[in-house]
Amino acid sequence: MTVSGALFAPGFFSSGPVHTALALGGVVAIVCGIVGVFTVIRGQAFAGEALSDIGAAGGSASFLASVSPVWGFLAASLAAAAAMEMIGVQRARGRDLATGIVLGTSLGLAALFLYLDSTLRSTTGTTVSVLFGSMFALSSSLIPAVVSLSVVSAGLVCLIQRPLMLSSMNPDLAAVRGVRVRLLGIAYLAALAVAVALAALTIGAILGTALLVGPAATALRITRRPGLAMLTAAGLGVLAVVIGVVLAYDSFLWPGHGWPVSFFVVTLVFLFYLVFGLPGSRRSSQREQGGG
Amino acid sequence: MADVFASFMVNAWVVATIVAVVAGVVGFFTVLRGNAFAAHAIPNGAFAGAAWAALVGVNPLIGLGLFSAGSAATIGWLSRRGRRDVATALMLTFMLGLGSLFLEVRTGYGPLVYSLLFGEVLGISSNQVLPTIALAAACLLGVGLLYRPLLLSTVLPDAGRAGGISATLMDFLFLGLLALLTTMTVPVVGTLLIFSLTIGAPAAARAFTDRPSRAILLSVVVALATVWIAIAVAYWTNYPIGFFVGAISALTYIAGRLWTARGRRVPSPRW
Repeated sequence: MTVSGALFAPGFFSSGPVHTALALGGVVAIVCGIVGVFTVIRGQAFAGEALSDIGAAGGSASFLASVSPVWGFLAASLAAAAAMEMIGVQRARGRDLATGIVLGTSLGLAALFLYLDSTLRSTTGTTVSVLFGSMFALSSSLIPAVVSLSVVSAGLVCLIQRPLMLSSMNPDLAAVRGVRVRLLGIAYLAALAVAVALAALTIGAILGTALLVGPAATALRITRRPGLAMLTAAGLGVLAVVIGVVLAYDSFLWPGHGWPVSFFVVTLVFLFYLVFGLPGSRRSSQREQGGG
Repeated sequence: MADVFASFMVNAWVVATIVAVVAGVVGFFTVLRGNAFAAHAIPNGAFAGAAWAALVGVNPLIGLGLFSAGSAATIGWLSRRGRRDVATALMLTFMLGLGSLFLEVRTGYGPLVYSLLFGEVLGISSNQVLPTIALAAACLLGVGLLYRPLLLSTVLPDAGRAGGISATLMDFLFLGLLALLTTMTVPVVGTLLIFSLTIGAPAAARAFTDRPSRAILLSVVVALATVWIAIAVAYWTNYPIGFFVGAISALTYIAGRLWTARGRRVPSPRW
């Protein structure tokens, strides 16, 4: 058996669902890498997690209304980002709570919508596909919408990169320099909401944060330069998605038949972080002081 | 009307009441310590535990206990070596992914996923009552023993350290308490909505009083009201209880915010 025969199960390269999964997953991983670097620097992992979970409410509602899940995920995370901004995510003190309350409420809504999905429309499997994603079931008709949203989100972050970095590192200094910190925060939250909605669509609403935070945090351990960190994060994200898709495809031949793609992706992301992120708390604290 | 209290509902009322009391108490410290994210993440670790127990065929409580303790320890350990929120987010998604794998391999898991995540309060059996009481007692005993050092280390970490209280140890012990709470709560309100109960009630209570003992008491009262109303309404409407727990928690939080804004002399911040 050749090397490629051992790595890839038969039919991998000619399979339509695999192509779609690779295309969508790859694009989303790149956006998440770019946007995620700031999520980690700004300490907004919880906000990202909340926005992603909240996408579950939107995703399940979209099944109920028979619209494309992209718009459901997107509408829910944008609405939640606005709500979090209104009740005070910008102040570090109440941020944790404001995020938590919005998250709890939205999960309640998700519970309701999923219940209605299963009773009114008698669809089975909505819960699983909304929450944990099903990359091989993604329709290739989603590609135009996902790509254009990706361009919007990543483009916005690249556009405001310099003032955003300053206001993330030192808000007071940024304000003195005439940067509109609050406005930047809102713009970033919007970009984050779009990125998270895309991640939720591909690897699942409650797993979306992995792609957002994991590669970015790992990249920031490898390099402190923001531009390079964004590239590294995007690369790591794509790597996790590609390996994940390959393993999941192969797993149809393993016991259990067809392990979820999302499981492989989040596990790889976590492994990357453990391998590159862990050695030496001392080194990172030195960098923390020296960098910036 | 009275059939809400029918015999098959007794277990639900008893267990939900115990859960609300403990969640109110532990939640007060969660809010005070700013540990909302951990309170969200540990129950999701427990989800993997429940899924593992279903796969292997052992008592779900064992799976829940093992995995929530494991998640708590992982968060505590990883966050000493990097950003806590990043470590928490990655641990959380990894555990959920693992849970989805266990359930996928077991096959036919749609309804089980739903009830684990969003709770199944109306289906509580009588053999779940005793373990819940035991775990609740352990959890409250833990809070009682740790009350003063935990409060001091939370509010004034430096003073605590000067008095010989290790902040790291307190962190681990508190995460352990969260794990204990999780183990007893997951079968009742589900992993995703324990969180509403642990955050909503104490956050509201804190708006009305600054004194810890009163805030804890109030937080328990609010949590009890939330759960009781949620059970009754869920029973009558047949809609999932998690929705009502989430909605009522949000309402109480908003009430607390309004109360704070009303009592404030200085111009209140925009919200």
